[in-house]
Amino acid sequence: MIKGIEHTLGQRLWHFPGGVKLRHHKNMSIGDTIADAPVPNELLLPLDQSIGSPGAAAVAVGDAVEKYQRLTGDFDALGAHLHAPTSGTITALEETPSGLRLTLTADGRDAGNSLPGLDQWREQSAEALRQRIFEAGVVGLGGALFPTHEKLKDPDRVRVLIINGAECEPYISCDEMVMRCWPQALLEGTQILAAMVGAEQCLIAIEDQMGEVEAMLNQAAIDMDCPDVRIVKVPTIYPEGGENQLIQVLTGLEVPAECYPQEIGIVMQNVATAVACRDAVIDGKPLISRVITVTGHGVEKPANFHVRVGTPLSELVSLAGGYCPDASRLVVGGPMMGQAKADDGAPTTKGTNCVLVLSETDTHQAHPQLPCIRCGDCQRVCPAQLMPQLLMCHIENGDLQGAANLHLSDCIECGCCSYVCPSQIPLVDYYRYGKHELAVKHQQAAAADSAKVRFNAHERRLEAQERARQSALADSQANLAQADPSQALAAILARKKGAVNPGGDTES
Amino acid sequence: MTGSLLTGLALILLLAAGIGLALGAARRRWPENTDPLVAQIDALLPQTQCAQCSYPGCKPYAQAIANDQAPINRCPPGGEATIAALAALLGREPQALAEDLPQPGALLAIIDESRCIGCALCLPACPVDAIVGGHGFSHTVIAEQCTGCELCLPPCPVDCIDLLPVKVPVLTPPQRPLPLSASG
Repeated sequence: MIKGIEHTLGQRLWHFPGGVKLRHHKNMSIGDTIADAPVPNELLLPLDQSIGSPGAAAVAVGDAVEKYQRLTGDFDALGAHLHAPTSGTITALEETPSGLRLTLTADGRDAGNSLPGLDQWREQSAEALRQRIFEAGVVGLGGALFPTHEKLKDPDRVRVLIINGAECEPYISCDEMVMRCWPQALLEGTQILAAMVGAEQCLIAIEDQMGEVEAMLNQAAIDMDCPDVRIVKVPTIYPEGGENQLIQVLTGLEVPAECYPQEIGIVMQNVATAVACRDAVIDGKPLISRVITVTGHGVEKPANFHVRVGTPLSELVSLAGGYCPDASRLVVGGPMMGQAKADDGAPTTKGTNCVLVLSETDTHQAHPQLPCIRCGDCQRVCPAQLMPQLLMCHIENGDLQGAANLHLSDCIECGCCSYVCPSQIPLVDYYRYGKHELAVKHQQAAAADSAKVRFNAHERRLEAQERARQSALADSQANLAQADPSQALAAILARKKGAVNPGGDTES
Repeated sequence: MTGSLLTGLALILLLAAGIGLALGAARRRWPENTDPLVAQIDALLPQTQCAQCSYPGCKPYAQAIANDQAPINRCPPGGEATIAALAALLGREPQALAEDLPQPGALLAIIDESRCIGCALCLPACPVDAIVGGHGFSHTVIAEQCTGCELCLPPCPVDCIDLLPVKVPVLTPPQRPLPLSASG
């Protein structure tokens, strides 16, 4: 399959199937600089901040922690470390709907020791750099939270590194701001990642509507003398920034279902992840902050902020000037894939790229939900080439297996189908529900299978014990029949005599 | 004419004999030791082996259903979903869970280790080997393997085992959107 990437990437572009053109609404939050958000007094830190199952807390309530101190213990393969975003005291460890959550009350010093910086990173082995990225708790900041060190495993297969700056979702501009404000850090991060995987080609993909970003990055590449990093502009079609879609546009290759792109020789990292890798390697800084867009027609002054992980959403909204009078919906993430929140007390995590406040005009529904008219619009826009209307029918009628047979698991929940549906059917809600139910069913079936195996082993063991007992009984009866009765009596009397207990309390 | 008729007949006989031999050999090679219907029913049962159906395990209950000796509504851990699946498989009407049985709800056994005397009586009672311990040592339940069947309760002489409802995930799972007729 890697044969497909013999040519120089970026000279020719392909298309991914489906997709929609959206108004991007990005300019409202793009400014000259990324403001540092102040460290809040109280940070809320869910331990589950990667796609793996979260590790146990390595700190207890009442512990004083330093900035950059590790807060999690061991975890499984797809987990990642979490570090204290500032210095202070752990004041709570509680169970919340999304798992265990620490509360860190800041002491205002904001002091602590980072890891030693690896200035001479070119002299380090790829494995040492990977270990550093693991220790720094870097995960995919595009929102997927896939641990970065896992993506950089077995570099032998990888031939192409793509840095994903094609931020296709409307309103979100944090990746564009990272490229505008920190181009040098981005290029350093890109060089580190490219060296780690030994990439033959290294691209930074940006959208064609990003204006001067291309010139800025090219200038930075000339300044830093790294001609091997190429900037490629891709057309702005949603969901261009999806990993598989961007790979298809740049290489013409499709990532097979249930495979990672590494298997066709490609590693993709988000621009913010590349900067986080640079900070982890060169400065030794664990991932404790990220750039978040606070935007929408429902906030007064949309902008991008450099925010500590764990800052409550309410703080970010007040940094952006607070809610407008007609604010009607708070969404974490973009308008297409984000999730609406009922209250703003929730914290930001490593995966939060945008806090979007929509106004009443945005959320107004032209008409209520109507029945499916089989127009097929959803099928035309589906980038995964699924049949959204049939999936919905199966799920609505409780036929989850039918939906699974139509490759429900390949749905990337991009929301194109719901967006174009003339009947305003919330199609993606069906798919999320269906995927969840299938996962639960799968888990139950696995538990039942393992219980059955153990039950059968248990039964066999009890039978074997019973057989052994019966044969021992038969043996002793046979012995008894052969023995001389008077001798047997004498033997029993002798045994009784020996066993007399002076305490005499052998009731049982 | 007669020659070709005989040849045809011989060929057919030869073919029949060959197929017969092959089938016979296949049957000896892969003996059919389970009733496929019993296996299908067994696959739908939750494998808690709790014996609440009054049969000693899921397989015997499946056997009884297949022989038409037991109704399909006697599996509390499976609940409505299992009854519906059995009804669909067997072409019967779904029924409500039999009223003499406890209503479904996932349970998990917990041993109070301060009261456990290490008698090991619950170990053989557990049908799925989910209790670990030895004589004179405190026992404990492997939570992931416990099916909540309650069979460990009767043998415990000091009543140190409790069955607690399983903590359901507190995160609200994605909901199926209401069908159009219900949402108005």
